[in-house]
Amino acid sequence: MKNSINNAFKIAKKENRPALISYTVCGDNTKEKSLQILNSISKDLDIAEWGIPHNCPTADGKDIQNSSYRALQNGIRLNDIFKLVKRFKKLKPSKPMILMGYYQMIFNYGDKKFIQKCKASGVDGLIVVDLSFPDNKNFAKLCKKNSICFVQLIAPTTTLKRIKEIIKYSHEMIYMISTISTTGSALKYSIKRIIKNYNVIKKIKPSKNVVIGFGITEKTISNLRSADGLVVGSAICREITMSLKDRQNPVTNVGRLVRKLKNKIL
Amino acid sequence: MIKLKKKTPLIDQHDKFGFYGNKFGGNYCAETMRKPIEDLSKLFEKLRKDRKFLKKRDHYFKHYLGGETPFFKLENLTRHLGGAQIWCKDVSAINGDAHKAYHATVNALICKESGKRYIAGDTGAGMFGKNLAMAAKKMNLKCKIFMGTKDISRQAPNVKFIRDAGAEVVPVDSGSKTLVDAVSECMRHYVSNCDNTHLAVGSAIGCNIFLKICAWSTSQISRELKKQLIKEFGEIPKLKLINVIGGGSSALGFWNEFIDYDKKHVELVGVEAKYAAPLSTNAKVAILHGAAQYCLTNKEGQIADTHSLSAGLDYPGSSPLHGLLKDTGRARYTNASDKEALAAFKLITKLEDIRPSLEPAHAWSECIRLAPKLKKSDVLVVNNCGKGYKDKKIYIEQLGYYPK
Repeated sequence: MKNSINNAFKIAKKENRPALISYTVCGDNTKEKSLQILNSISKDLDIAEWGIPHNCPTADGKDIQNSSYRALQNGIRLNDIFKLVKRFKKLKPSKPMILMGYYQMIFNYGDKKFIQKCKASGVDGLIVVDLSFPDNKNFAKLCKKNSICFVQLIAPTTTLKRIKEIIKYSHEMIYMISTISTTGSALKYSIKRIIKNYNVIKKIKPSKNVVIGFGITEKTISNLRSADGLVVGSAICREITMSLKDRQNPVTNVGRLVRKLKNKIL
Repeated sequence: MIKLKKKTPLIDQHDKFGFYGNKFGGNYCAETMRKPIEDLSKLFEKLRKDRKFLKKRDHYFKHYLGGETPFFKLENLTRHLGGAQIWCKDVSAINGDAHKAYHATVNALICKESGKRYIAGDTGAGMFGKNLAMAAKKMNLKCKIFMGTKDISRQAPNVKFIRDAGAEVVPVDSGSKTLVDAVSECMRHYVSNCDNTHLAVGSAIGCNIFLKICAWSTSQISRELKKQLIKEFGEIPKLKLINVIGGGSSALGFWNEFIDYDKKHVELVGVEAKYAAPLSTNAKVAILHGAAQYCLTNKEGQIADTHSLSAGLDYPGSSPLHGLLKDTGRARYTNASDKEALAAFKLITKLEDIRPSLEPAHAWSECIRLAPKLKKSDVLVVNNCGKGYKDKKIYIEQLGYYPK
C-alpha cells in the first residue's frame, strides 16, 4: 500500500490523537513470539517498529540491549527478519512497518540489496540510528527510489541550522529524540521544554509528521499527546523482560500495556 | 590502490566526512553526538595550533610524565639472536607506565579547555584508565572509567590505581565483558551526558575526532625517537619499527614521524594478537564504535568474539588509520599467539633488564622471529609500550615465575 505511513498519521489526526508507534526487537524472545506480540498489539498501534538486533549497540539503554541479546541468543538473522516482516504484512496489510537498526547490519548485507529486500518484504520505513545527516544523503535517496521512507532523527543537541537542513532532506516522517540519553532512560527535560523543541521543528515545516521518542512511558505519554506521534520502545521491552522473568506470557502482558498506553492518548 | 599524501600528517588525510582513503573511519554515531563531536573537532583544531596550549602540553609531558623516554640497544639479545641490532624505545619508563599516558593527559587538558567538568574513558588493560584517572585528579576533573568485568579481574593492579586516584570504575558485564563492551558502554554514557562530559576514547578508534586526538597525542614517541636515532646513528638508518597493535594507539605514535620515509628505508611492522587480528587475517571492513575499519565479524555482520591473554589486545576492531596504512602498503601486519608472546617475555627478561607487559611482548616475539634473518647493519626498534607489573599474576600462572 502506497504512502501507508502518511495514511497512518492522517487516521490518527482525524481521531484527534497522536499516532502510537511501538518498538520491539524482532526475534525477542523468539522469532514466533515476536510476531505474535506484534500481531496482538497491532490493533492499538498506528505504526509498528521492529528493531534489528546488533551486538554492539552504542545508543541503546539496558532494556533494548536485553531484548536484542535474547533475540540474538535465539538465532535471529537478517533473512529471518525479512521473512517475519512479510508474514506480518500478510496478517496486517495496512499497518506500516518500520525497521530500525545500526548501519553495520545494513553495510554488511549491502545497501542496495538491503533496501531491495526491504521493499520486497513490505517494509515501509527505515531508521538507521548511527547513519546521521549528512552522511545518510545517498542512502536516503536510495530509499526514496524504492518508496521507503527514510526517517531522519533530530536530537536536543541538533542546532537550528542543522534542523533546517535535516528537514529539507527528510521524507514524510521525522523522529525527534526527546532528551539527551540512550533509549529508555527517564526524561531529563520538562515536558514544556520537549514540546518547545517539537514546535521548533513543526514551525519550519508543518506538513512533516514529527514523532517523539525516548523516555515515553505510561507516566509521560499523555502529557505529550499534542505530538503527531509517540514512540514507546523500552517500556515494552521491559515488559517482555518482566514477563519472561515471572514466567508469564509476554503476548498477554504487552497487549495489556499497549492498550493502556493507547487509552492515555485517546 | 589508495595512496598516502606526502607531507600531510597521517591524521589529517581524511575527507570532509572523516573518511580515510574513501573507506575507513567516518562518523557513524547517533544524532545526539553530532554537535558535541563537531564542537570538540573545532576546539581540537584550534588548540593544536595554539602556542600556549602546545607549551602547556609540553610542560605536562616533561614535568608530569617525566620527559623523554629512553632509547637503548639490547646488547645481550642482539648477541643471542645473532642478526640485526635490536634497540628498545622504552615508552614504559614514562610516569604512567605506558604510552596511554600521553593521550590521557592530552584528553584531560582538552576537557579542561572545553569547560566540561566530567571526563569518561574506556579501558581494557587498565593503562588508559589509570592514566586518565591520574590526569583527571591532577586537573581536578571528575572521572569515570568503563571496564569489562573480565578485565577488572585480570588487570586488578591497574583497577586499584584507578580507584586510588579517585576515579569511579564502572564495571561492564555485557557481551564478552572486555574492551569492546567497555567502549560501547562508555559511548552510551557519552550519548546520555554529552552536555557536561568529555569523552576520552582510549584507542585510535571511534568517530574521526577521537582517533585524531589519540594519534596526535601519542606521536610524541616518534618525535623523540627521531632525535634519538639521529643522535645515535648520525642519520635515520635502515630501520624496522615493530609495534604491537590492539586499538592502534601506540603504533601510530611510534610511526607517525616516519610515514613519509620509503618503506625500504623505514619499514613499519604491526603485530596483533593471533585471535584478535583483523589486520593480519584479512578481516572484512565493518562499522564498529562509530568508524569503518577492518574488524572481526561473523557472517551476519555481528561483531565477533576475540581471544587474547592480553586485555589490551582483546578487541575485534582496529584503528581506521591502520586500515589506511595496510591498504596503502605502508605498514605490514602480522600476529603472535599467547604462547609466542609468553616465550618472548621469558627470553627478554632472562637476557635484559626490561619487563614488558603482555601487549609489547607480542612485538618482542616478532622481533625475535625477524632478527636472526637480518644483517648486522639492520636496525630493529621495538616500542616497549607497557610495564609488566600489571600482568604479574598472569605471567606467574603461565610461566611459574615473574622475574625480579
